[in-house]
Amino acid sequence: MLLAELQMETIPKVGILPTKGSVVTIERQEISQQTTWMLAVRDARDRSAFARLFDYYAPRLKGFLMKSGASSEAAEEVIQDVMLTVWRKAGQFDPHKSQVSGWIYQIARNRHVDVLRKTKKPLPEELSLVTHDDDASQIIALEQEVDKLKTALGRLKREQRDMIERAFLGEHSHQEISDDTGLPLGTIKSRIRLGLDRLRHELKGMR
Amino acid sequence: MSAITHHISQDLLAAYAVGHLPKAFSVVIAAHISLCDECRASYEALQALGGAVMESTGSEKVSDRLLTSVLDRLDDDWDDETAYERSGIYPGPVMETMNGRQPRWKKLGMGVKQDILLADAEGSVRLLYIPPGQAVPDHGHNGQELTLVLQGSFSDETGHFGVGDLEIADESLEHTPIAEDGVACICLAATDASLKFNAFFPRLLQPIFRI
Repeated sequence: MLLAELQMETIPKVGILPTKGSVVTIERQEISQQTTWMLAVRDARDRSAFARLFDYYAPRLKGFLMKSGASSEAAEEVIQDVMLTVWRKAGQFDPHKSQVSGWIYQIARNRHVDVLRKTKKPLPEELSLVTHDDDASQIIALEQEVDKLKTALGRLKREQRDMIERAFLGEHSHQEISDDTGLPLGTIKSRIRLGLDRLRHELKGMR
Repeated sequence: MSAITHHISQDLLAAYAVGHLPKAFSVVIAAHISLCDECRASYEALQALGGAVMESTGSEKVSDRLLTSVLDRLDDDWDDETAYERSGIYPGPVMETMNGRQPRWKKLGMGVKQDILLADAEGSVRLLYIPPGQAVPDHGHNGQELTLVLQGSFSDETGHFGVGDLEIADESLEHTPIAEDGVACICLAATDASLKFNAFFPRLLQPIFRI
């Protein structure tokens, strides 16, 4: 196993994005720690796994929320709500469809926006068929797609990455990013599309 | 049901995902995603990207007591917000906007009916009922308009729209949607400003019906 691969597998706490120019051939061998914890919370109501999820995500959520303009106190309020939602709605987590980070990002972003706008954002129907019959190879395949996304993100120039970040922090529209960077968004989009194809086929299989 | 061919644009979807859209628009986008696997997949992919960005934006130390206070609350009772389910042709987010009721149709003339579900400073969203063969009065737009077909179909200068299809129109589009033969066409339509009608008569009615 290459060193870069090893790092991706073993140091999820720092340097999630490979730095520009590093070796980034990632082939996942196993389900990520975060997903393992999340499944333990979902299926076994495992509190220590929940605490690990908290330790991993709370500081990242706080960084993200504060960059989105929240004060330290407001960010921690949102984090409490988000992590309680993670515990309560764990049954809706489907690792074939979402990755833990994306799932939690969505909960946090929606919560943050609801607080700011003082109204509840309308959400799509939940898919009725959340399969709890997990297929490790499929989960790994999805995580691999997300790894590729992270790699694509990591390869962008600093200012281009900032642009993408700001879009997800809610400061810029996708169109503005596209206007400013053009090509990199194409890269991101083609990565998204790859992931989409997989997701799409899975969704069809679930109906 | 024929396949959905008119989808949400990536820009709109991204704006929805990060919470930038007026509520009236969000209702339509959420309803379309509820009906469309392809856009749901795009939406999920955007979340995945959002998650990747969140992980990479850097950490901030949280208060020592935060974990304890969350753990202490794990067993608290909590209100499971009612997740509105689809009812007939109406997707969950539409049922939510109607607070679980069925449409209360108001006649607009020529058999056309509407029910305004939400109207605020940012925009409005309504259900439109258009009998087969009937046209929705020709109108231009002050802003953007999203129209999602929930039953039947319509066609206009830009194409054919069946169940689940989403038409995205802006100021530049002068179109005349006509409900196609078969069942009445029921649409969910959101605008970010009042529609301006070209025909004299409907313009008089605009303030009354708040189209």
